[in-house]
Amino acid sequence: MQVKCSVKIGKLVLKNPVMAASGTFGYGEEFGSLAVLKKLGAIVSKTITLNPRPGNIPPRTCETYAGMLNSIGLENPGAEVFLKEKLPVLKRIGVPLIVSIASEGDAGEFAVLARRLDAIPAVEAIELNISCPNVVHKKGGTKYPLIAQDARATYAVVKTVRKATRKTVITKLSPNVTDITEIALAAEQAGSDAVSLVNTFYGMSIDIAGRRPKLGNRIGGVSGPAIKPLALKMVCDAAQKLGIPVIGMGGIMNAGDALEFLIAGATAVAVGTANFVTPGITGEIVDGIQRYLRAHKIGSINSLIGSIRS
Amino acid sequence: MKRNCFHLEFEAPGIARAALPGQFVMIRSGEGLHPLLRRPFSIHGAGNRRVEVLYEVVGQGTELLSNIKPGELLDVIGPLGNGFSCNSRSVNHGQILVAGGMGAAPLLFLAEKMGEIKTSGLHSPVNKGRGRIKVLVGARTKGHVLCEKEFKKCGCDVTIATDDGSRGFKGLVTDLLASILSTVNRQPSTIFACGPKPMLKAVSGIARKHGLAAQLSLEAHMACGIGACLGCVINTKTGYRRVCKEGPVFDSSDIIW
Repeated sequence: MQVKCSVKIGKLVLKNPVMAASGTFGYGEEFGSLAVLKKLGAIVSKTITLNPRPGNIPPRTCETYAGMLNSIGLENPGAEVFLKEKLPVLKRIGVPLIVSIASEGDAGEFAVLARRLDAIPAVEAIELNISCPNVVHKKGGTKYPLIAQDARATYAVVKTVRKATRKTVITKLSPNVTDITEIALAAEQAGSDAVSLVNTFYGMSIDIAGRRPKLGNRIGGVSGPAIKPLALKMVCDAAQKLGIPVIGMGGIMNAGDALEFLIAGATAVAVGTANFVTPGITGEIVDGIQRYLRAHKIGSINSLIGSIRS
Repeated sequence: MKRNCFHLEFEAPGIARAALPGQFVMIRSGEGLHPLLRRPFSIHGAGNRRVEVLYEVVGQGTELLSNIKPGELLDVIGPLGNGFSCNSRSVNHGQILVAGGMGAAPLLFLAEKMGEIKTSGLHSPVNKGRGRIKVLVGARTKGHVLCEKEFKKCGCDVTIATDDGSRGFKGLVTDLLASILSTVNRQPSTIFACGPKPMLKAVSGIARKHGLAAQLSLEAHMACGIGACLGCVINTKTGYRRVCKEGPVFDSSDIIW
């Protein structure tokens, strides 16, 4: 039985709903022969900023129960080096490319980056990372550490970016909020084509021998299977309230996890931490979703998305 | 094996063929969700379709790995990282290997390769005269000394240092290194070292003082091991560099401690 797996996010058509999440996939080149990258629905590249960023002081990762903490701090070579050196490699993979961007300043910097990317055909969509827990948005127009913690600031940034590009805009949301649907609605109202959630949860870990935080930056973001039920609930809530597609992520380790997010209402899913454990896992997840559709005689993935029963 | 130390040998022809001394493998220690991440292990030996790893049980990951039975399947990625750089020129100009604790594991593989380079060249065999590879092995006590026999089997000139003086030189292996370098007539060209970070920092200082090159194999907590997550960086003169990709072997003069 032939099953239709393609989904649409804004202007972007994905041959299947499985994406590699930003920050866990480098710029594609690292995976080389370890994963069949062509099988992916899309790749979201590691967040770039206008200028190079060295990132946070090490140690930057540590393991937690069924998960991990990271405090990379958006290390990246800056937009121009990305476009010159990394983009050609990403382009060769031959799957839709979503470029994740962040601002070190105000909303204007998001617009500058978005305009720069708007002129590049290989960039099919832009993801706004307003939710990285390892930075503080000092000029984000909010009293909170992150733009994604403030509906008004989120609205303002998305609105500014919307004016700067005609490409598909995806807003990446933080789970470190009281009500994620409020922020998601603000992004939708400002013209975001989709939202992706969740980014990592604030967390920390302490070395009891030295009584010091295990991470150099003290705190970090928790990811991995430990956060899956938390993320799933937020995705389900957001999908029910929004008219735009939701890209679901948080601890997806296998096809079953991905299917839960799709049934909860996610139009697509992103795989993050699992790439570190099994570099070829995204291909296995694509196969697993197709097997499930065939086994349950579901002709199109669109019939599965949001099909959660009460 | 020494207390809490395990010697793992597995068949992996692809890794065995490609492996260079100083490179590492990422091994999954179980199939469950905890511990989640793979663990990096330096390659202790490779050849004949097989790869060897020498490790100490330090946590849940290594504990689980130590329970694996012969014949079971193991999920391994490798070889990863850059490895030591040694050619016939550097090998025949004299070198000194400094191992601290588990740091002996990759250095034995290096000593074996250096031996091969030497014997395959026109120069005098490895086990004769002053061309012998000098190896300093540091350990907490005599019960913790690793790979002494194996280094000797490669024709290396081995000196032991123990923290408590129960064998050989009493004190740190870096103190032994400093005292040897200040007494020998002919300085080695390169120091190759692997061990805990404070030891490598000390080696770096000694190398600078004597104007010697030093290649240091570093350890870091890794999430992916393949350069994607940017988690295992160390600070260098050219900025943060990934231990898993640009390393784990770094030129000591590049590292900012």
